[in-house]
Amino acid sequence: MSAIEHIPEFSRPIDNGLLRFLTCGSVDDGKSTLIGRLLYDTKAILADTLHAIEKTSLRRGLEAVDLSLLTDGLQAEREQGITIDVAYRYFSTGRRKYIIADAPGHEQYTRNMVTAASTADLAIILIDARKGVLTQTRRHSCLAHLMGIPHLVVAVNKMDLVGYDQTVFERICGEYLAFARQLGIGDVRFVPLSALKGDMLVDRGDNLSWYPGPTLIEILQSAPAAHSGCDERFRFPVQYVCRPRKADDPALHDYRGFMGRVESGEIAVGDEVLVLPSERRSLIKGIHVGGKPQPRAIAEQSVTLLLDDEIDVSRGDMIVRAGDQESARVTRRIEAMLCWLGDRPLDAQRKYLIRQTTRETRALLDGIGQRLDINTLQEHPADGLAMNDIARVAFKLAQPLVVDSYTENRATGAFIVIDESTNNTVGAGMIL
Amino acid sequence: MNATTLQAARHGLDHLDWLEAEAIHILREVAGQCANPALLFSGGKDSIVLLRLAEKAFRPGRFPFPLLHIDTGHNYPEVIDFRDARACQLGERLIVRSVENSISRGTVRLKSADESRNKHQSVTLLEAIGEFGFDACIGGARRDEEKARAKERIFSFRDEFGGWDPKNQRPELWDLFNARVHTGENIRAFPISNWTELDVWQYIAREGLALPAIYFAHWRPVVRRGGLLQPVTDISPAGDGEAVELLRVRFRTVGDITCTAPVESDADTVEKIIVETATTTITERGATRLDDQASEAAMEQRKKEGYF
Repeated sequence: MSAIEHIPEFSRPIDNGLLRFLTCGSVDDGKSTLIGRLLYDTKAILADTLHAIEKTSLRRGLEAVDLSLLTDGLQAEREQGITIDVAYRYFSTGRRKYIIADAPGHEQYTRNMVTAASTADLAIILIDARKGVLTQTRRHSCLAHLMGIPHLVVAVNKMDLVGYDQTVFERICGEYLAFARQLGIGDVRFVPLSALKGDMLVDRGDNLSWYPGPTLIEILQSAPAAHSGCDERFRFPVQYVCRPRKADDPALHDYRGFMGRVESGEIAVGDEVLVLPSERRSLIKGIHVGGKPQPRAIAEQSVTLLLDDEIDVSRGDMIVRAGDQESARVTRRIEAMLCWLGDRPLDAQRKYLIRQTTRETRALLDGIGQRLDINTLQEHPADGLAMNDIARVAFKLAQPLVVDSYTENRATGAFIVIDESTNNTVGAGMIL
Repeated sequence: MNATTLQAARHGLDHLDWLEAEAIHILREVAGQCANPALLFSGGKDSIVLLRLAEKAFRPGRFPFPLLHIDTGHNYPEVIDFRDARACQLGERLIVRSVENSISRGTVRLKSADESRNKHQSVTLLEAIGEFGFDACIGGARRDEEKARAKERIFSFRDEFGGWDPKNQRPELWDLFNARVHTGENIRAFPISNWTELDVWQYIAREGLALPAIYFAHWRPVVRRGGLLQPVTDISPAGDGEAVELLRVRFRTVGDITCTAPVESDADTVEKIIVETATTTITERGATRLDDQASEAAMEQRKKEGYF
């Protein structure tokens, strides 16, 4: 009997917020089957969709419905037999809403996984129980760690093909832990399962009775929400300045609202703040959410801040709490781990645009350090960067940025690189 | 501090709060990055949600964009009335461009007089984009609607021909959206990408949003055609030998009369619709969209041609 009720209780409001997670693995690990099973067992798949994949399964001569077809892609992909890029899927257990970022396992793997991982709070790393920890397991774990995903779940899949053998599971856990320690990965949980048979995903099934831990869905249900740590520093990049200038409404005549999202920490009316990079100080006079005054604002809320003084603040400025500013650096040079995403290699002679929070500046490469080989986890000297390469780099900046290190703050430590000739996003950086 | 805020401070945001905050962030990025955006407003439920989000994003200021509707001329009159009333109530500018005008200009040619005008909206939309020089259009599309949408970016790049190239999408990382375009190119921004049909209805309930009456159960003459209900109207009359039935129906999605089918339902309140949506066995488009039934890749094809 399942420990949780698996039929979604939609009538009850979802109260545990939202979790974004990423699934890492290739088709061979049963990743599509795992996603299909999660969607199917949480009733996120409706009859007409199921009917369509039943027809396809039949046409392909399969005996049972192939749940992996649920994640089958676009016509453009089927024609070429490739998966183009990250797909986003949704389900809900009645207590929490989930967004899955499903990154393809093969072509352009790094580029896609980095993209999918950038918004994830948890990663499920799939291991085939018959094969154990492979090079790709290390690669997935390394990227998940590099992208700052706080929680990893190692799903040892295809337990049905090893006779649901406990010793196989335990051996794989041991192997993985040894390697995770090497990488410095902290929070890892393990779950044995069979996505094909549905054991230990949503239902416990009858085959893994030796496993006392939570099912996969229980792990997802109880994973801590982002920003649940209490000692975050307040960061508020200004997105837009609201100046209604309504001459006929004296209340709005001098209204200047600084609109943006709290990227981390929290703020309350009366708090003293500092605007960076200008370093002007003021007090929070009001906090509005959807036009209504509130006493405080917390991480991930989109709000409007009103300040006590008429100081110059515009898009791209960062409001921090006075006293919280220590780690926020105002700088014209950044060092970062850079993942190159563009077709054309990084050109050391060219100026690129860097966008970080709501700020944009021109940037010139100021040195490449070691390149990280994500297959061997070895570092090698590098003299250039091509698509899917990751290396330590430095950039000189035309305008100062207000940054934290990525390990401290994913929102203010991240940036993208834009090629002005195409306007394409060609790089993703994590500030050191 | 009230109890709700206390709870929010302890547990973070609930799922609707999170989705709302993300959508507001996206709308403000459009306003911050684009010189001349527009918000596509049809009077349908998704775009009604967009308007509420825009109010939350920009009030007490005005919206930094006009509302734009591409009218096929075959919309339900209740929806058009609702559209006009809502724009007026908000005091925001509404621009309407119609497929009819593209037909008179000769840029849209129907194969036959009764061909659905739905897909031809793309032409009229591109003409409106050209006429006003819009560099971004904000739309109410959601990734859960259809698999061509599941892979679309929140800021989706369209070339000079309005085309979407699924193989050549910009990587989209963190919440660092890239809305940069050259002249003639265009961004489609989708603030409610991460919402499901159920999220939309829950939000409508929470915010107490008004909707056109045809979203709620009402009696309507219909014929059964291809497994779907087809409303009988002047524009879509019953065929020879087709039996007209009077059924209690509602629309789950509202668009061109010729391609949007109602479903049988007794749900005459938002609360009843939420219960129905939570327990339905058919997807929103599967039950209601004649245009997506053509083939598995129908939406993908239309998007490549510049559709929303």
